[in-house]
Amino acid sequence: MLKISQLHKSYPIGDSSLHVLKGIDLNVESGEMVAIMGSSGSGKSTLLNIIGILDEADSGEYTLDGVEIKNLNEKKAAIYRNKFLGFIFQSFNLINYKNALENVALPLYYQGLKRKERQEKAKFHLKKVGLLDWAHHLPSELSGGQKQRVAIARALAAEPKLLLADEPTGALDMGTSYEIMEFLQQLNDEGKTILIVTHEEDIAKMCKRIVRLRDGVIMEDKKVKQVRAGQNV
Amino acid sequence: MFDLDLWREIFQSINKNRLRTILSGFTVVFAIMLFTILFGLVNGLQNTFTEAFADDANNAIFINSGRTTKAYKGLQAGRRIQFENKEIDYIKDDNGNKVEFITARIYRNEVATFRNEKSNYSVKAVHPDHQFLERTVMNEGRYINQRDINEKTKVVVIGRLVEDDLFLKTTALGKYINLSGIQYKIVGIFSDEGNENEERSIYMPVSTAQQVYGNNEYIDQINLSYNPDMNFDQAIAFSKSLEKKLKERFSVAKLDQRAIRVRNMAEASRDVNQMMVVLGILVLVIGLGTLIAGIVGISNIMIFIVKERTKEIGIRKALGAQPRSIVLIILLESVLITAIAGYIGLLIGTGVLNLAGPSLKEYFITDPSVKTSLVVMATITLIIAGALAGYVPAKKASRIKPIVALRNE
Repeated sequence: MLKISQLHKSYPIGDSSLHVLKGIDLNVESGEMVAIMGSSGSGKSTLLNIIGILDEADSGEYTLDGVEIKNLNEKKAAIYRNKFLGFIFQSFNLINYKNALENVALPLYYQGLKRKERQEKAKFHLKKVGLLDWAHHLPSELSGGQKQRVAIARALAAEPKLLLADEPTGALDMGTSYEIMEFLQQLNDEGKTILIVTHEEDIAKMCKRIVRLRDGVIMEDKKVKQVRAGQNV
Repeated sequence: MFDLDLWREIFQSINKNRLRTILSGFTVVFAIMLFTILFGLVNGLQNTFTEAFADDANNAIFINSGRTTKAYKGLQAGRRIQFENKEIDYIKDDNGNKVEFITARIYRNEVATFRNEKSNYSVKAVHPDHQFLERTVMNEGRYINQRDINEKTKVVVIGRLVEDDLFLKTTALGKYINLSGIQYKIVGIFSDEGNENEERSIYMPVSTAQQVYGNNEYIDQINLSYNPDMNFDQAIAFSKSLEKKLKERFSVAKLDQRAIRVRNMAEASRDVNQMMVVLGILVLVIGLGTLIAGIVGISNIMIFIVKERTKEIGIRKALGAQPRSIVLIILLESVLITAIAGYIGLLIGTGVLNLAGPSLKEYFITDPSVKTSLVVMATITLIIAGALAGYVPAKKASRIKPIVALRNE
């Protein structure tokens, strides 16, 4: 599903440069649920951004679903993001003047689907996250957990191969966090591949595999016994 | 090209961000409104000038006589200079085709009577050429002709307002009017574009007047126009030489300002032309000024809008929006708002001009208005400027890495 080898990335800081990723090797199979852990500055967000084609590596290879991601122009990158990836952000990143349904339908608009089809698909995914009744509410009228569920529905709408979540529970209280995690586990059970960046141990333990980063290298990569979020609630 | 979904996105963005829309629209409304009003006012000023000088031919030269103020060639000061018919012949013979039209003028005031109506009018005795010099427009009948001059016929041509005064609702043409006891046949009724006062006067053949008022060949004023092919310098030289020759003819000192006066309209019309040029420059400065102000306003707003939408752009890009679609959505929105706002500005501007126009006459502003095409051009300029001003930041925004845009809280 996802193959990364000898990935390097550095950022220029003034005259010198900061070497953030120092040769990352990572393979993720279809259906996995992986937590990427590390303290701030460990490079976990940079890694996620490169995986999400939001950023480009300096060197190394990255293959996503058999397609090599390299030297993409903006247009290609946009198409791949739309086709392969679904994003879930810590701050939800919903468009504030669009209602829940329109937010969920947005990636479908960029896929070029017809309006009617978009509406139907968006409704289907909203129903899946249990927010069909809130379809016509603006983000400002939703709670944090509801916003994140709309964001998940939006990430799912384009039916991506890979879900990328950057601290998905970072802005939520514990109860809501576990609800979201339970939902993500459920999606994983259905076969979705999910990558979660987090610095919370309990969230990481709800995944099936934990990759620990420190100073730009992988310190530890182990499979764990998944803790079901539902049991903790 | 026409993408319904794209426009739906744009309309939603316009509709849901009303404050932003109104603010950016307001700048354009204001710029176009000011543009329209200022341009209209200056146009009105220009209209006033054009109208004021439309009365007489602007290549006219007026020659008047008076008393000498200096003794010269043994003649005393205070001598009266009197032009006669032979002066007209002299000027004609001496200058050939430099003279376009020439006429004598004799001024009288007469009480004119028709049946029970009577009133006081200025009577001018003239040659047929006077029609072209005064730009008289014949409404009915004919003007004075050469036969009238030769035969000293008792005919008159009366102004439109004279007909209104004396003949009430009936037609004056062919009737007889009484001037100080003598009956004159009315052969024509005229109007005058430049001057309403002129329409309250009566023209008669110069020879008839000379016979009736003293049986002499005296004339009060010579009125001529120079060949319009002459340029300004030639025209001035012509009137100077005319003045010099006439002074020699009447033995008047060269520096005598009163005895013979030659007034060349070319000088006045040059002043008017200069005034027009100044007004033209004023128009240009005002137009460019308001446009630049508008452009700066639009540019600022576009930069602000792009900044405000950076996060949204990041989200859209993360969801798979291509750079082109980002640029389009921002630019089309600004073009749409500018176009509509420009139209509103035009409506308000012309509305103000129409409302205020009539009461501005006393400030030398006549019929202030702007060509719609000009305002449309101004609006298009603003649209293009807005698009250009928006394009750079929009393009830049479309290139921002989504992750940077998303971090922008």
